[in-house]
Amino acid sequence: MFPPLYRIECALPGSVDFYNTDELLNDEERLVRSTVGRFVDKRFIPIVAEHYERGTFPMEIVPELASLGLFGMHLQGYGAAGMSNVMYGLACQELERGDSGLRSFVSVQGSLCMFPINHYGSQEQKERWLPPMARGEVIGCFGLTEPEFGSNPAGMATRARRDGNDWILNGTKRWITNGNLAHLALVWARTDDGIRGFLVEKGTKGFEAREIHNKLSMRASVTSELILDDCRVPASSELPGARGLKGPLSCLNEARFGIVWGSLGAAIACYQSALEYARERVQFDRPIAGYQLTQEKLVGMITEITKGQLLALQLGRLKDRGKASATQISMAKMNNARQALQIARDARSILGANGISLEYPVMRHMANLETVLTYEGTNEVHMLAIGEEITGLSAFK
Amino acid sequence: MNVLVCVKQIPDPNAPGKIDPQSKRLVREGVDLVLDPGDEHAVEAGLQIVEQAGGEVTVLSMGPPKALDAIRKALSMGGARGIHVQDPGLENSDALSTARVIGAVAAGASYDLIICGTESTDGSTGAVPAMVAELLGLPLLSFARKLTAEGKTAQIHRQTDEGYDIVEAPLPAVVTVTGGINEARYPSLRGIMQSKNKEVKALSLKDLGLEGKAGKGALTQEVLTIAPAEARKAGEVVEDKGDGARRIADFLAGAKVI
Repeated sequence: MFPPLYRIECALPGSVDFYNTDELLNDEERLVRSTVGRFVDKRFIPIVAEHYERGTFPMEIVPELASLGLFGMHLQGYGAAGMSNVMYGLACQELERGDSGLRSFVSVQGSLCMFPINHYGSQEQKERWLPPMARGEVIGCFGLTEPEFGSNPAGMATRARRDGNDWILNGTKRWITNGNLAHLALVWARTDDGIRGFLVEKGTKGFEAREIHNKLSMRASVTSELILDDCRVPASSELPGARGLKGPLSCLNEARFGIVWGSLGAAIACYQSALEYARERVQFDRPIAGYQLTQEKLVGMITEITKGQLLALQLGRLKDRGKASATQISMAKMNNARQALQIARDARSILGANGISLEYPVMRHMANLETVLTYEGTNEVHMLAIGEEITGLSAFK
Repeated sequence: MNVLVCVKQIPDPNAPGKIDPQSKRLVREGVDLVLDPGDEHAVEAGLQIVEQAGGEVTVLSMGPPKALDAIRKALSMGGARGIHVQDPGLENSDALSTARVIGAVAAGASYDLIICGTESTDGSTGAVPAMVAELLGLPLLSFARKLTAEGKTAQIHRQTDEGYDIVEAPLPAVVTVTGGINEARYPSLRGIMQSKNKEVKALSLKDLGLEGKAGKGALTQEVLTIAPAEARKAGEVVEDKGDGARRIADFLAGAKVI
């Protein structure tokens, strides 16, 4: 573990809850939140700034993430915790209160890898991969986005061609979280029969992960390019239940739901940091929290956090009843990511020059949220998906 | 090895506590209530015992309906079952009433060990475990910074100012543990989910045969006044005239830190 070179960021006791939304949670839900939150405060926040500066993910905490039960936490069986969607959301909120990279790591493992294996995989695939993934012994990544196909995954250039009992994969995936950390990549490729998912093990000939450097966002997260060059995998590596684009899109729905809550966590961290700073920072002989322009920012933050909490919670309740539509998830992802970014920017301005330092969490969150704004569906694409839903007219294809 | 761990739900000690001048008690409304951090060590100690020796941990708490949260937390750490003693008559109980309740619960079952924190973080009387031991006629192993239980004997390292004493007692016994005994585990998310299905038995004063013997009408202690703790005095400034290191070492030795 790294020595704590940086000032430990202060986690204020108590949660940000202006509308008593805690009343809407049950005991187990609150316990999930406090359990994950305490872990993040004690074990992750003291080390994140150092990792962020170095551009590394703290792999040393993976065994603890696993023993807490965070990997695949909302799945049933195979060593998974079997939590509700609201609990999953609350856990994501606390993880991202630490850093978007931490929530992304857990999201990718659970929602983008374990979920599709559990949902679309064969019995053999489930038994082989899910237990070690829940234990954190096998790390997964999700290869959908390509250099030329981001918002339009249907156009993907990666191909899978049948050769006897095997598949031959060719193509490039880019912006793949955990790519270089992963033992297993779920790669989506076009076949003569539509889009299919393939489980590609690290070390397979023709498969290579290359880390993407020079990132100014998500620095405590590993992002990679996956290169498939005549990569031969057995027929048993194909996910038998996934047919067409709805396979990967259903995974993204799961992960986006985590972002809805996670971005709230980042916003809460920024708000708490800005509020604490504004109360203590004295300019012109009084705390800057006493100036109207600062209060306008702080009130805007807490108002948007409160609205976001209600949006997330009702969405979670709908999802727990199997009633959350893709566009409902789109709306909450669009709103909460966008508002969190604005909150982070306002917090940064309240902290003045200190706001740009890794000694405080705000600019780290702000830079991360620039990614969160566009990954797993850009702000614009979510907006147009909702636009199509309410008008019946597509404005993007 | 069957272990009873006594836990208490208290206002979050990380938040500034408020005392109600009327009841002269800590305000429990509108604040986060948590499992006493000292009790987490007791739960952990109990879990470690049964993980080695087999058996199970029963978690006992006396408190208002909300105290069920604290029991659930201990169950999500790995406790097997809970007992929740709640009764309007127990409101504002004193240490002896609490001890009588614990004693009555323990007397109705066969526990090899009763583990408590050294004292509650809110009330800090530190009297209940000794009273429980006395009421049950059991040995008390207090201030344990290490606990082992094998066969029919429990052994502890009792924390002292200078170091520790090794103390043994036959089982069953009452043990109090210090914060230094272990690092309490986080409840796992799986544990939280499983805790929902674990049995928590609710008991009243009547169930325990303690009507009129504990709580209202049986209190032996009363809080008469409360006063704020004396403010911390300014520290001593040591100016280094070449003897700084020695003076710091002397100070630390005086405080028995080194």
